[in-house]
Amino acid sequence: MRASFLFVTKARAMTEKKIDEATGTETKGHEWDGIEELDTPLPRWWLWTFYACILFAIGYSVAYPAIPLLDRATTGLLGWSSRSQLGQEMRAADAANATTRTAIAKADIATLDPHGALMQATVAGGRAAFKVNCAPCHGAGAAGSKGYPNLNDDDWLWGGDRAAIHQTILHGIRQPDSSTTRMSQMPAFGRDGILTPAEILDVVSYVRLVSRQESGSAAAQRGAALFAANCAACHGTDAKGNREFGAPNLTDAIWLYGGDREALTTTITNARYGVMPAWGEKLDPATINMLTAYVHSLGGGE
Amino acid sequence: MSGHADRTGKDGGLYARRADIFPRAVDGFYRRLKWYVMAATLAVYYVTPWLRWDRGPYAPDQAVLVDLAHRRFYFFGIEIWPHEFYFVAGLLVMAGVGLFLVTSAVGRAWCGYACPQTVWTDLFLHIERFIDGDRNAQVRLKNAPWSPAKVARRLVKHGAWLTVGLLTGGAWIFYFADAPALLHAFLHGEAPTVAYATVGVLTATTYVFGGLMREQVCIYMCPWPRIQSAMLDERSLIVTYKDWRGEPRSHGTKRSEGAGDCIDCKACVQVCPTGIDIREGPQLACITCALCIDVCDEMMAKVGRPRGLIDYATLESCQAEAAGAPPVPIARTLTRPRTLFYVGLWAMVGLALMFALGNRTRLDLTVGHDRNPLWVRMSDGDIRNAYTIKLRNMESRPRTVWLTLDGLANARMWDSTDAESAAAATLRFTVPADSVEQRRIYLRSPAQTEDSVPIGFTVTAADDAKAQDRVESRFEGPEE
Repeated sequence: MRASFLFVTKARAMTEKKIDEATGTETKGHEWDGIEELDTPLPRWWLWTFYACILFAIGYSVAYPAIPLLDRATTGLLGWSSRSQLGQEMRAADAANATTRTAIAKADIATLDPHGALMQATVAGGRAAFKVNCAPCHGAGAAGSKGYPNLNDDDWLWGGDRAAIHQTILHGIRQPDSSTTRMSQMPAFGRDGILTPAEILDVVSYVRLVSRQESGSAAAQRGAALFAANCAACHGTDAKGNREFGAPNLTDAIWLYGGDREALTTTITNARYGVMPAWGEKLDPATINMLTAYVHSLGGGE
Repeated sequence: MSGHADRTGKDGGLYARRADIFPRAVDGFYRRLKWYVMAATLAVYYVTPWLRWDRGPYAPDQAVLVDLAHRRFYFFGIEIWPHEFYFVAGLLVMAGVGLFLVTSAVGRAWCGYACPQTVWTDLFLHIERFIDGDRNAQVRLKNAPWSPAKVARRLVKHGAWLTVGLLTGGAWIFYFADAPALLHAFLHGEAPTVAYATVGVLTATTYVFGGLMREQVCIYMCPWPRIQSAMLDERSLIVTYKDWRGEPRSHGTKRSEGAGDCIDCKACVQVCPTGIDIREGPQLACITCALCIDVCDEMMAKVGRPRGLIDYATLESCQAEAAGAPPVPIARTLTRPRTLFYVGLWAMVGLALMFALGNRTRLDLTVGHDRNPLWVRMSDGDIRNAYTIKLRNMESRPRTVWLTLDGLANARMWDSTDAESAAAATLRFTVPADSVEQRRIYLRSPAQTEDSVPIGFTVTAADDAKAQDRVESRFEGPEE
């Protein structure tokens, strides 16, 4: 069979063929310093492999998305797409996890064995769910930022055992239009005229005294009386806070909005009340349990 | 006409049809050497997976096992973990330098004797001769019209080749799983799909490469002959025809005055498995299998001439002999500086590997500092850091180990799955046999004056204080 059907060079046919004497092979007619390029034919198996690859490429282009158009690519006869494949795999993964998810949803997260296999799965699931739902505010490592609590430490506004964390995630904090959400309201002492700016500075001095950032002063002494009258109802007479109202402990080293004079002045003048969504409205019970277990596992859980 | 000319396409076509080669059977020194090498290499290949090696109750008892599922490589008393892959890399370096060494000393001995392509092609050729007869019978059979007898012979031959291919592919999979169990599963149709696919692919490649393509693999597919051109020099041993002695050729009994020793019997061409004429000089397609030496020696003995018209020789020696000088002794070829350099290099890599192997600990610790957050401030102002540690127990028995900390006084250390009250200067872990135990460790310390303090973790086996590994890390905190 003559295989020169595709690429035969008519130009060469018209000129005289040059045959290399030593090998009997035709040359390309190129010559460099007396060295001529032989037109040694390809081995048959190689050529057929090459043709097979071309055929495969054509078939592949027809069957699968291949040719880019303006806004999308050709879809291919098989209708395959990476997106639908991902969807299938996600459904398969969900189906595979269904038993565990059901068990997690049914479990009482407050009393679940902390060393059991189910707890391990719960924490692992929470790690993934946290990155999707919570990381935008609390950060990927749950370290928080100004106004968004660090969930790694041992300081909790509303309580750090699993029941309290579960309650917080399920119903949120100061979620509007919710009767079950955690609710409290710090007065804007300066803006609403409860305290004068000078009195506020005195309270700032007292708060910095109890948090051991400053030593005693006349201002702090005046502030102590003001604190007892205006702040102790929520933050406690010892300023150690009250989790009933989400009132932070003012004597420790952790400050959600900053512990310097300027930040404290702003806080007392305008008040602070952070908001967190009630995730029970958006996530299923299994995911809420997972998030509870994960947050509790970060090192500060009680 | 040379072998290469045979492969030229007709009419300027784009491809060349493979020219059939019917190598004649031959006996002689090198043929027997090839028998021994073939027996040894095939025996190593087929028998190795069936050797047993007791490693206790926690590890497989197969002497050589590449356990991909569990990421372990067993070689008799040596067990390699993935992070010790540099041993395998070192072996590859040795193999590379070894090829240089062999090429420098004895030319393309690898191609001629030990390469799987050569060994299996040789095996297939013998099967072909056993069924079809020697060269002349094979040519006759090829030219004969199709008859039931010819069809039967062809079926038997290709069936035998496929059987060898099946056994070849079948043996390969036993290196990757427990051989007896896999054989049982394989025969009962219960082995993993990948096992059947591997056997299928290797059966096909063995059959195609050994039975159908043969020398084409060496000439067109293998890069080694090209690299050889750069590796060989005038002092490398090659199979060569001593033209100064053989030329001009005479024919049969009509030996004229002044004729050379070559009687142009073409025996050397007939025995060549790659179909070349060695008398045209050194060439790419020559795999130095030395069968032409055997057959030429036989012919020289018949016509009463000294052996070695075709022989292993260096070009340097040939030139010396042609000029009338004595041949260069082979010892000088083997002990030249280039060869000795390769020997030294090869031995150095080998010794370094053995030293590393002898000194490796079978207990390994890695420490990863939490990156987000780097540190956490606690309510009393303390700073807490978290570390993920991996304890690798590479022995085939469970081991109790101690984890200790240095570089940070006043620090408390505890396992994240325990309460902080379990903090201790030394943590105790039991690591199962031949596995990795991953733990998250907390360190808590009063705030430091520096934002980053160097610390070290040390893991020590409870049963052997010398089995120890120390890893450096940092304790991070805020700048104050």
